[in-house]
Amino acid sequence: MDTTAIIVTIVGLGLVAFVLWYFFFSARQAASAVSSSSGVQEVAITVKGGYSPDIIEVEKGKPVQLSFYRNEENSCSEELLMPDFSIRRDLPAFKTTLVELLPEKAGTFPFTCGMGMLRGSLVVK
Amino acid sequence: MEPTTKTETLDIEGMTCASCAAAVEKSLSRAPGVQSALVNFATEKATVQYLPGQASPATLKEAVVNAGYSVTERPPDTSAAERSAETDRQKALAYQKLKRRFWVAVGLVVVIMPLSMLMLWPAMMQRVNVQWLNYLLLLLTLPVLGYSGREFYVSAWNGFKHRSANMDTLIAVGTGAAFFYSLAATVVPGFFTSRGLMPEVYYDTTATIIALILLGKVMELRAKTQTSAAMRSLIGLQAKTARVVRPGGAEVDVPIEQVQLGDIVVVRPGEKVATDGRITEGQSSLNEAMLTGESLPVEKQTGDSVFGATLNKTGSFRFEVTKVGADTMLSQIVKLVEDAQGSRAPIQRLADKVSAIFVPTVVVIAILTFVLWFDLAPVDTRLPLALVNFVAVLIIACPCALGLATPTAIMVSTGKGAEHGVLIRNAEALEKAYQVNTVLLDKTGTITKGEPAVTDFVAPGQDGPRLLQLVAAVERQSEHPLAEAVVRHADDQGADKLTATGFRAVEGKGAAATVDGQAVLIGNRRLLTDEGVTLSPELTAQAEQLLSQAKTLLYVAVAGQAVGLVGVADTVRDTSVAAIKKLQALGIEVVMMTGDNPQTAAQVAGQVGITRYFAEVLPADKAGKVKELQGEGRIVAMVGDGINDAPALAQADIGLAIGSGTDVAMEAAGITLMRSDLNGVVTAIELSRQTIRTIKQNLFFAFVYNTLGIPIAAGLLYPFFGILLSPMLAAGAMALSSVSVLTNSLRLRSFDNH
Ligand SMILES: [Cu+2]
Repeated sequence: MDTTAIIVTIVGLGLVAFVLWYFFFSARQAASAVSSSSGVQEVAITVKGGYSPDIIEVEKGKPVQLSFYRNEENSCSEELLMPDFSIRRDLPAFKTTLVELLPEKAGTFPFTCGMGMLRGSLVVK
Repeated sequence: MEPTTKTETLDIEGMTCASCAAAVEKSLSRAPGVQSALVNFATEKATVQYLPGQASPATLKEAVVNAGYSVTERPPDTSAAERSAETDRQKALAYQKLKRRFWVAVGLVVVIMPLSMLMLWPAMMQRVNVQWLNYLLLLLTLPVLGYSGREFYVSAWNGFKHRSANMDTLIAVGTGAAFFYSLAATVVPGFFTSRGLMPEVYYDTTATIIALILLGKVMELRAKTQTSAAMRSLIGLQAKTARVVRPGGAEVDVPIEQVQLGDIVVVRPGEKVATDGRITEGQSSLNEAMLTGESLPVEKQTGDSVFGATLNKTGSFRFEVTKVGADTMLSQIVKLVEDAQGSRAPIQRLADKVSAIFVPTVVVIAILTFVLWFDLAPVDTRLPLALVNFVAVLIIACPCALGLATPTAIMVSTGKGAEHGVLIRNAEALEKAYQVNTVLLDKTGTITKGEPAVTDFVAPGQDGPRLLQLVAAVERQSEHPLAEAVVRHADDQGADKLTATGFRAVEGKGAAATVDGQAVLIGNRRLLTDEGVTLSPELTAQAEQLLSQAKTLLYVAVAGQAVGLVGVADTVRDTSVAAIKKLQALGIEVVMMTGDNPQTAAQVAGQVGITRYFAEVLPADKAGKVKELQGEGRIVAMVGDGINDAPALAQADIGLAIGSGTDVAMEAAGITLMRSDLNGVVTAIELSRQTIRTIKQNLFFAFVYNTLGIPIAAGLLYPFFGILLSPMLAAGAMALSSVSVLTNSLRLRSFDNH
């Protein structure tokens, strides 16, 4: 193995470590819902290559209103799936789509795009 | 008088920050008549309380406009039809854009390819300045990346910022690597030649990959719109206008959105019923196939319910509107199907887990592929070989086939089910129905019609039709279910209607009246005994025979003489025998349960070809019987209709509520059959079997494709067979994978249950 090969190997393994850390182990942003005067827990989520915030904490038993603003045209994010709540919704580009639900059980409920690539989760406490 | 306030919710458009929200709120609060205004920036909604006399939605809107923003007009309850029209428009637009990007890529590839091929002819190479050719290729490739493939890079970058990776990440990294390598070879070829490398360019690869993936996307989008075709045609059934009768009697065509509860609507032959209601005048036969899947027209008369989107065939009638908008049967069906399409099938779970880690894993494999090739290949070709295999791994791996496998099949089959009057509540129900090996049928209302009907009319030595007229005249005044059966029978026979006088109901026994000057008695045996009427031996013999057939008997006496017998029984539906036979042919054991005595139970079971049955089951014990079967290790589907079936429907592995059913039964059931016959059960089970089979094929295909495709792309076959997968082939394979999964799902559209 010559020097170049050794450098390529080290850089390659370094990249592998970075990819694993970046996608699987780094910290994520979480946000708690804000209760409005009417008792509805409201959360605004921006959709652009992912959901931000992507971890949403809500309280059990109170209605939740998620407003998804899709800030891109990329086709992957055009559908929203919340299988635990039987929700499949089209998210029109550059528009806000309201999704209302009532969390009755505590737990973590993932939501994804139509292909399951973009991910977020609703944490019910 | 204390003025009452009204609350109005406005959709505000154009707010870009929290201070905009504050501005709108201020402007609204200052408007005359407004008591309070609350603006939510996130939801873009304003909630305003105002005094109806001093302010109106129009003045509120004005206040918003004055603040420099606008109000989006939206009807309070957007129907499925409107929502779908809007998304359809958006999708059509996206499709057009995608096609344009695809054709631009194709146009450039057609030029880039032959130019790159020039290099293959040494004779040509001599005459062409390679340096200049490379710059020309670079110039031609830039629009492919910058215009046609732009979305991949933007999306990959956005995803990267969110620590999420999708298929665009793979495409972006793959084509990006090929492009930047080529760019370096074009701009600083000296760097390569000084290290004994040929400054090769991969512009053709880059451009072709993008064109091929766009082709895949175009095909995918086209196929995807077809997966919801059944749903869209269902929504499209909604009538656009209704002919409303104004108080003065004038008939006016109004848009369906303006129809209100209590309106009287006219429907002529051949027209669509505008919304749900109850017939107030006239009668007709209606085709309700669009809601129930039942192709035979249904007779309707005054007092009967009619449903929006059904087709009026023969007569003209008027109905009073009882439901509008989202409350109509059609909207409910659409909602139910939409919910089902959003649910997750347990079978998808593994695929979900894989998708979640798929892209980063593939990137890792690609990097390792690069490193290994670089380290192991001969020095003079290691860089291009490492690069080509790196790109091939990234491009061939396609998570979308995995992601599309289950949802597309469920989209098609739930829509197809609705067409056949089978409403599937969620994907889990579909999967459960597939596993069913035992169907438990509740006899009354499921196998049978659930209402008594006259099966025998015995009148030895009498004028039968005449006697029927007499009996019907008495029963017309009674409200007993058995009396109704007699009247229906008489009407079916076309018996003349006579008038009865001096009607007298005898509690628990029957009824008596005078018809045509003759005293007529009809009721059970005790009625006749109590009235001192004796039965002839002939009638007694006939009665015993009918009783042995588990029929309910009505005895008839005219002028103190016993003259006839009416045998009444709950009759088996015309379709039950065939449907049960079909279920048995599917390898499913059919079991019956009933509250009737063993004799009746045996009689009905024999009639429909069921060998195992439970008799004298109390309503409260129905769920217990389901448990008993489950205890035998069976996967039980329970079919029932009534409220008292709800616990059993819920206890079963899968509950099928039959008939448009009660809401309670529908809540407890995984599947609702809109048509009141057992064929729906066959359809549901066949559809679920076909769907799950399709899903399994799809998942198998997606997994196999990726587990085989990635190692081949990584060059695993090279040491043994000298085979390397060109990145362009990988791109072709990737485009095909999701398209083939979609095509397989679309095959469910041809599902037909005969
Ligand atoms: Cu893909």
